[in-house]
Formats: sequence, structure tokens, C-alpha cells
Amino acid sequence: MAPESRTLKERLAPLMHWDTGLAVALVAVAIFGSSVSSQFFSSYNIFTLCTNIGDLAIMALPMTLIIITGEIDLSVASILAVSAETLGALWTHHWPLALIFVVCLAIGALAGFINGVLITRVGLPSLAVTIGTLTLYRGLANVILGASTVSNFPSPFNNLGVTGFLGISWLSWSVAIFLVLAVITGVVLRRTPFGRSLFAIGLSQEAAFHAGMRVKRTKLLLFVLSGVVAAAVGLLYAFELSSAGENIGIGFELQVITIVLLGGVSIFGGKGTILGVALAAFVYAGLRSALLLTSSFNENDFEVVSGGLLILSVLIPNAASFVQRARALMRRGQMRDRRKLLALADAEVLDRE
Amino acid sequence: MGCCVSSSPSWPPVKTMPPSSPDTTNGANDPTPRKQPPGAPRSEATPVLSLQGAAKAFAGVHALEGVSLDLYAGEAHALVGENGAGKSTLVKILGGVHQPDEGALLMDGREIVLGGTADARAAGIAVIYQEPTLFPDLSVAENVFIGRQPLRSGRRIDYRAMDAEVNRIFERLGVQMDPDRIARGLSIAEQQLVEIAKALSSEAKVLIMDEPTAALSPVEVERLFRITETLRAEGSAILFISHRLEEVFALCQRVTILRDGKLVLSQKLEGLTADDLIRGMVGRDLLLREHEQHTPGDAVLEVDGLTREGVFADISLEVRAGEVVALAGLVGAGRSEVARAIFGIDRYDAGSVRVGGETLRRGSPITAMTAGIGFVPEDRRQHGLVMDFSTEDNIALASLGRLKRYGLLFSSDEREFSLDWAKRLQVKYGRISNPVSSLSGGNQQKVVLAKWLSREPRLLIVDEPTRGIDIGTKAEVHRLLSSLAGEGVAVLMISSELPEVLSVADRILVMREGRLVARLTREEASEERIIAAATGAAVTRNPVEGNH
Amino acid sequence: MSATTTEAPPTIAPESPRRLVDLVLRARTFGILGVLLLFVLITTAIQPRFLHAANIQFILATTALYALVAVGETFVVITRNVDLSVGSVVGLSAYVSANMFQAHHGIPIPVVFLVGLGVGVACGLVTGIITAVGRVPSLVVTLAMLYIIRGFDTIIVGSGQVVANSLPNSFINIFHATILGIPDVAIAVAVVVAIAAFYLRTYRSGRELYAIGSDPDAARLGGIPIARRIFGAFVLSGALAGLGGVLWATQYNTIDATAATGLELQIIAAVVVGGVAIFGGSGSVVGAALGALLLQTINSALNVLGVASLWTEAISGFLLLVAITLDRGIQLRLAAALRRRRVHLGA
Repeated sequence: MAPESRTLKERLAPLMHWDTGLAVALVAVAIFGSSVSSQFFSSYNIFTLCTNIGDLAIMALPMTLIIITGEIDLSVASILAVSAETLGALWTHHWPLALIFVVCLAIGALAGFINGVLITRVGLPSLAVTIGTLTLYRGLANVILGASTVSNFPSPFNNLGVTGFLGISWLSWSVAIFLVLAVITGVVLRRTPFGRSLFAIGLSQEAAFHAGMRVKRTKLLLFVLSGVVAAAVGLLYAFELSSAGENIGIGFELQVITIVLLGGVSIFGGKGTILGVALAAFVYAGLRSALLLTSSFNENDFEVVSGGLLILSVLIPNAASFVQRARALMRRGQMRDRRKLLALADAEVLDRE
Repeated sequence: MGCCVSSSPSWPPVKTMPPSSPDTTNGANDPTPRKQPPGAPRSEATPVLSLQGAAKAFAGVHALEGVSLDLYAGEAHALVGENGAGKSTLVKILGGVHQPDEGALLMDGREIVLGGTADARAAGIAVIYQEPTLFPDLSVAENVFIGRQPLRSGRRIDYRAMDAEVNRIFERLGVQMDPDRIARGLSIAEQQLVEIAKALSSEAKVLIMDEPTAALSPVEVERLFRITETLRAEGSAILFISHRLEEVFALCQRVTILRDGKLVLSQKLEGLTADDLIRGMVGRDLLLREHEQHTPGDAVLEVDGLTREGVFADISLEVRAGEVVALAGLVGAGRSEVARAIFGIDRYDAGSVRVGGETLRRGSPITAMTAGIGFVPEDRRQHGLVMDFSTEDNIALASLGRLKRYGLLFSSDEREFSLDWAKRLQVKYGRISNPVSSLSGGNQQKVVLAKWLSREPRLLIVDEPTRGIDIGTKAEVHRLLSSLAGEGVAVLMISSELPEVLSVADRILVMREGRLVARLTREEASEERIIAAATGAAVTRNPVEGNH
Repeated sequence: MSATTTEAPPTIAPESPRRLVDLVLRARTFGILGVLLLFVLITTAIQPRFLHAANIQFILATTALYALVAVGETFVVITRNVDLSVGSVVGLSAYVSANMFQAHHGIPIPVVFLVGLGVGVACGLVTGIITAVGRVPSLVVTLAMLYIIRGFDTIIVGSGQVVANSLPNSFINIFHATILGIPDVAIAVAVVVAIAAFYLRTYRSGRELYAIGSDPDAARLGGIPIARRIFGAFVLSGALAGLGGVLWATQYNTIDATAATGLELQIIAAVVVGGVAIFGGSGSVVGAALGALLLQTINSALNVLGVASLWTEAISGFLLLVAITLDRGIQLRLAAALRRRRVHLGA
């Protein structure tokens, strides 16, 4: 057998299709945006865009990992809220900020841990569990602060929503943080044994376990991570808003999931790239910004668009897989080993049942 | 090898091979003392179902070419062939899943066209697949009648009539099952019975059974055969697909052999030997392998008093470097469970496992792997491979920790690694980046082996190493296991195929109902002794010895 | 051992574990009633006002809406799907139907109900088509529809709202009307529950819903028209949510764009607490209705006891978790029991 090196096609394969489509969409959005308004690429607008998307994008990272393993975490927005409200409550009691940070992150970890234990040790489906904890944690969050709002956070934290990252006026802190985390997560996902194990777990949990992968521990870890990140974003978001109050972050989980799925991550698990999610985040934010700049759109209208994007993002892969199968069949017509083909054909047909 | 004539009165469980010498053409030397019971007078006139000159191609590749097959009422017809020979395509054509590109399907002499599975069912053709698919939350009766429940006035389901009908069918089959019982928790054998009942309830004239005995215990196989004969006597036509030639000889009157999508022969079974069938399937004579003797080294695996409540008890064994120890016994004896407990997939309640003198922590596959154990599981598709991963990724799956540099995986490293091992085991694949699901069963098994061998284990546990694999690759795998032993690896092999056990193993341990009941050396072993121990028949020769 | 037996063939599972499963299911239902009873007793002990006729009527009347929507949700969940859009449908339907009174003076009430029904059916149709025909996971579709319908609702409503005094008294009184002390709406919904339960038990298409949820692959092999059934389930869910929207209007009277936000979570909690398996294949509409009753009773109890309504959300989330944990425990015990029976027979 001739030694096979990775052909150019193979190297590029992971980048093809979905991610390319997103890149194209991003360019299209940019064009659309600037045609709508000359202000689209202004420093102010980009900054606003960044503040809108940064927090969601950061939360999309652990969500991506969780969805790749075949689970889902609907409770992230509620954990965000618990953290933000705890910040508010403890701040009014004059706790030192450093301590508050530790407490909030610990609460996030605990919340994620509860999710993880119910899912991995008790064996409950993550959809049901996180619907339950979404409600539970949101309820607890509302109890912490009640109807009051806290807003006298100190600078420099108070300014996170208005000052750029290290003085760059169009780059928000949240997006800067996101970019750094995205690179790290991307490398871990594609290039480390841990990342590889996530795909294996998502595709075949049993086989992963039989190959020595710690499935339960990995999933538990991911949920704890999701909780910690959600809690951290809770702090960040509260500072950006310069306030922590009732119903903070409500509905965020849906937006996060939208971004993840839009990014080409399969809801069934086992497939996805961080690059795709990052592109999707900017497409999402850019589209929203552009639409809002046209005078005929407002936030609520965008909700509809958002929903439409979500549906498209799952309808299109179905269409794409049909095309893939057709192409594969045609390619096989050129192969010569018939016996292998028979097995292929049998398997293929079995697949279709 | 031991003498092939069985003197025990027990119906030998299906693991024996019929003799391969040509002078056993009548039933007298046949290890199955049961004679073919007389069935309904076979109609030599019109076959119930007749496939004539069928051809089917998928994307330009011929799965079937010029295949003809006749199913007669009251006759059991065997369909044999290697994997990839076209058996499943044939079954799917008969079952209405595919339509043949050429050729015709005749029922009672008249041509019919099956547009889909519903048409086949309506025509009276029922297929029972290897893995029965019942609805676990519905009752047995509902499973039998789903979509066809008897109705009362106003199109309401008549539960009483449904239960009565199901009871009637079970009576006909000679079994008893509560029709209201929920299907969840039924054993495979019981599920099959429900599927058969389903077939009968729709007045099936043709019953196609695809590898029905793969997961059954001998008692269950016996029951299945009894039922099959009842149906045969009532006039049903049965198509029986199996890899197990001894079953074919025990059950069927006619055989069709396929090879590479073409018909090799289709005739009465009488007068044929197992050799004839094998030759037909493979196209060449199978050479018997010589067993290589190795001197075993130190004990690599020492198991002491391993117990798991309700599954196995007090298992003590050892496997030394350079030897192949086989764990034989009936399905359900607990062998796989012991292996899984040793490797850490399952837990155990008492006892210990030591590898190279060090005690292994229970319930941790990683500890086992670090200690140098590799585990090739019984279920290749669910546990052995990540089907959607490439061949390359699968081979590397258990070695990622060792492949990384500075914490990262580099694709060139992985590629080199996988290519190397794929070559060593002669895995046939298209591109190594193709999903492993595109490989044949035998090559998939080699990928699993490559995954573990690439870790250079001291102990390799293989559970049913050649299940569902064609004969050619089977021989390769046996050679591989032997050569591993030759290199000093300790091999623990679980197998239900006695010829395999007898030809590969140095020592044979037999389990029955969760306990080790016999320890035999290669010289002492024979099919008869193993079966006797596995089923609990009286052992007439050497009593069970202690720790070897 | 002689393997050729001449005695009667061994009976497989003679103690009919279906009875066992039945028993467990019944225990589950009784469990809900038990907890219900417990809550009622404890609360009444502390605050006797709880058992006053007016309060009971209120609980029953409020439950009606939730139970109605829960029935539709049950149909969907049984098929191993989920409908997260019901809250938005109720909100939209509440506004559109109530607005009818403002837009068309003197419109007969039954017509308003039909309008609400229509809104719900329309939403269900879209969701059903995308899920069943597009073969898209219902989690994602209904999540998206939750967005889309709510967004649509907000666009229509704008910053306006329907106010109580634009609604005719006869409409508002629907919520308070009683027959023999039992609220009309409760009776009506009870009838719907009964019909739904009957349908699921007695008609082939109903049983097929369970089959689809129990094992989708087997359903496909068995020739069950999966797309058609799932489509139907979503249309029904939409329809009942639409009707629920009208009930919402009779109860709350003032409706803005945020009406019924978050309702879907309470509905799912009710369904799961009521014993419907989140993975489909089993459960009953009666159970779901009881689950709704339990949750509303607890809400009322907490209210009466002076516990801040802030806690209700947390408690309902907690109950959901308890319910699915308990169910899992029961499921595992049951499976072990079924397996043990088989092993005893030495098959």
C-alpha cells in the first residue's frame, strides 16, 4: 500500500462546507450592513455589536463542547442570573470584590456540578434535567435579590460595558476574552486527546468507554465548566450593564444554542468546530446590528429572524447529508474492489432502514 | 482432535461441527443423533416462493447476479455464504425492501411485485431479522398486532379478541407467554418468539429467519427448532440463514450457496457434507492449521475468587505469558461478564484481579489498560469501534495519550501510526480516512485488534474474536492470536465456536451458570468433554481438577 | 440433563410482569395523588382557609388551562418529541382572541374560541411540517418557533394590550362560572382529558404514537406512518394551546406581549411530574392532568401560607427534578425485577 499523506483535500475537508458557508455569510452580512448604513463599520457600532455578542459567545464555548458529547445545558442563563444577583446582593453587604468573585464562581461550579451529577450519576436525560435546573436556578436567582436592582459597582468594572479592551475603542472586553478562549478551546478540541474524546463520546459513548475514556467524568467536568463560565459571564454582564436585577439574562440560553447550532455543531453530537461557532456568533451579531440599523426592524423583529436562522441551521444539514450520500454513491462507482462494495452497499442500505 | 461421535444422549448444543471426512454421508455418523423429522409431504410441484434470475446492483456494483431460489411449502431451506456474498440483499428482496433490477419473484407460480415491506407482509412473507425490534413499552400482544389490531364497532381496538388470538398462536407454537406482559425485559429468545407470533398472526406462508440462533442458548435453540418444525409440518416455507453449518444440517432439507453475488448451488441437502458447503462458500479447501507449541512463561493474569452476585461466582484462573487460554461455555454462562469484570467495564463484588503481580483496581478500564490489558469486546459495532470515525481514528483511539507531543496531537503522527498498524494486520480499506463503517466485518475486527495491539499489551482479552467474520479472515485472526502467544503475550479468548477453541487454545476453561466447572489441557480436550462440562452432563472421564 | 423435554413447555414469565408494571404505573399515579393529599393536609392544618370552596374552585379553574395544554404536550412527548413553543402559542392566541372583542364588537364567544383554536392550529401546522417532514429534531424546531411566534406576537401587539374592560362580562365570567360548585372550565377540560385518554387507549393511531416513542426504528420498519402521526401530534398540541390561550384570556383579562412567557416550562414540569416519560413511549394524559393539578395546588398552597410567589418557580423546577429522579429509580428497579424473573426460570 502506498504511503498516504494527507491530501490537500483531506486537510481542507474539515473546513469545507459549513464553515465556508458561514464565512461567505459573514462577508454578505458585512456588505449588507455597510449598504444599510455608513455607520455600520463605525467604531461605535462595532463596539455595540461586540458587547451584544461577547457574553453569548463566551457561553457558546462550553455549550459547544457539551453538545458535541451529545448532551445539552439549558440552565446557563439561570446560572448567569444566580451569579449576577449574588454579586449584587453581596456587594450591597459590602463584601470585598475579590471574595465575591470567588463565591460566584464557586456557585457556578456547584450549579454545574448538580447538573452533572444528575446526568452522569443518576443517569437522567440532560434535556429534562437542565429544564428543571433552569427553572430552579432562575427561581433561586429571583429570590436572592427579589425585585431590587443593584447598580453601584465600582470602576473600573463599571466601565466594562463602555470602554474598549486595552483602549481599542471598537473591541469590547467580552469579545477580547472570547477570542482568547475560543483559540484555546479550538486547539483543545481538535488537537488534544481530551478534545478527541469528546467527539468519540458524542458518536459512541459505549465505544469510548471501552477504549478507556472516562465518559462520566468528562461530562461532569463539562457541566461544571459550563457552570463556572456562565457564572463568570454573569459577573461580566452585570458589570457591562452596570446593574444586576430581576430577570437578568433571560432567554440567553436560547440565543447561545442558536449560535452553536448555526455554527454547524450537530445537535446529535459528535460533530462541530469552534471556528464555525465563532463565525456564527459574528454572523448573528452582524445580522442583528445591520437589521436594527434599518429603521424598519426592532429587537422583537429580530427574534423572529433568530428563530428562522435556528431552523435553517438544522434544516440545511439534512439537505446537505442527502447531497453527501449521493456524491458518495457516485464516487463508489469508480472503485474496483467489489467485495468491499458489497459490504458497503449492505451497510449503506442497512443504514437507511 | 477428539472423536466425533457423540455418545451422550443430550442433544448437542450447536457448537459442534459435523465431521469433515467424506465418509459420513448418512445420518449414522452425524453427531446430531436426531434424524430429520418427517415434515409435510414436500410439494415438488410449485414452490411457494420462487426467485428467478434475480440481479441487483447498487451504484454499478453487482450485489446479486442471476440468482434463483425456490422455497417449497413444508421445507426448511438454508441460505449460506460468506459475508458479502449477497445473502442480506437476497433477503431484502424477498422481504420487499429492495426491488430486483432483473428477474422475477413468483408466488405460487404467479409473478408478484413487492413495492415495499407492506406488500411483502401482505403477500404472506415474514422476515425475522437478527436483532428483533419490538416496542419495549407496548405489551406482547400489541407488539404482535401493531397496526393490525382487531377492531370492534367504531374502529375501536378489541383487546379481548387480541389477547385471545395471541394466546391461540402461542398455544400453536407450544409456548406460554402472557400477552399482556410488557415487551421490555424480554430475552432475545423471547423476543424472537414474539416476532414469530407476529409472522403467524399475519398468516405468513413464508418465514425468513436471518441468523436467528446467534444469541440463543442451546435450550432456546432447541425450542426454536421445535417451533420451526411445527411450522414446517403445518406447511410453511422456511428460509434459514446461518453461519453455523451444524444447524443447517440439523434443520434444513435444501440449501442454497451464494458466493460473490452468484449462485453456487441450490439443491437438496441430502448427500452434501460440511466440506462441500464450505468449498461452495469459499471456493477453495480450507487448510487445517498446525498448532504451534509455545512454552508459557510467568503468570500475567491471576484471578482469585472473582464473584458478582447473580452473575458469576468464585472464578479463579490464571493466564501465563505465551499461552492462549480459552473460556468456553454456553451463551449466558457468564464468560463475557467475567472478562468485562477483569477489564473493569463491569464491577464485581468479591475477589481480586492481579496483573503481573499487581492488584488491579476494580471498575476502571484505565487501570486495566495501564497495567497492559487490551480488550476486544463481543459487540464490535457498539463497543469496539466508533463507527463514524475513520479507520485511522479508530486505530489511534486507545493510544492518544501516548501519541501526543507537548500535549498536542499532530495529524502526521497519527497517520503514520495508524498506517503502520493497519499494514501489520493487513487491514483492507479504501482510504484510511474513510469511516470504518465502510469496511467489511472482518476488516473491522482487524481494526479493533490493531487498536489494542498497538498498545503492546501483555494480556489480550478477546471476546468472540471471529463472530460474524468470513472464513478467510477467521483464519487470519487465528493465526494472529497464535503468533501473539508466540511473542509472549498472554491471551484470554472467549469463544462459543468449539472448532476455534480446539484449534487455537493451549488450555480450555469451561464455565457453566457462572462457575468454572472444568479445566482442560489441549490434549485432554474434545468437543464432547467441553460440551459435557458446559451443559452439566455427567462427566465420565477425568474429574474436574484444581487450579492449573 | 436431557434437553429434549417431554413435559409441558416452560412458561415464560408466569407472573406476568405486565401486572407488575401496571402496579408500578398505578403506584405512580397514586403517588401524585398522595403528594397532593399531603400538601393539602399540611396546608389546611396551618391555614384552614385553604380548603374553602372558593379556593378549591380557584385551583381547579386555574388548573384547567394548564391541564388542557398539558394534554397536547403529552401527545407530543409520547412520540419522543417535545413542544417548547406552547407558551408562545398561548400568548399569541390569548391576545388575538381577546382582541377580537375590541376589533369586532358583539362577536359571539364561541367564535372567539374558534379564532383561538385557529391560531393554535396554524402554529401547530408549521411546527409539525418542519419537524415531521423536514426530519428536524423537535427540540430545535420548537425552540425556534418559541422565538418566532413570540416575536410575531410582539410585532402585532406592539406596546398595546388588551384591557379587561374591552372584554364582555360574559366572557370574563367563563372563568368563574361553576356547576354544582365545580368550575365550568374544569369540567370541560376534564371531558377533553377523558376523550384524549380514550383515544390513546382505543384507537390504532393512538397506540402508534406510543410505538413511535418507544422505538422509532422499529416503528419505521413496521410500516407505521411516522411523519403523519408526529405531524398530527403537533397540530393537536398547537390546537389545545390555542384553546388554552382563550382560557388564559378569560382568566387574566389583561394581555400584553409577554403573556404566558415561560409557560412551556411549567407544562413540561406538569407532564413529567405526571409520569409521562421524557423519552416517550409511556405515560398518560390523566397523569399529565394530575401533574398540572399538583403544581397548581402547590402554587396555591405556597400563596396561602404566605410564601412569596418568588419561590414558586424554584419549587416547580425542584419538583421536576424530583419527579424525573424518582421515575429513574423506579425504572431501574423495574428492569432489575423483570430480569430477575427471567433468570429464575433458567432460560
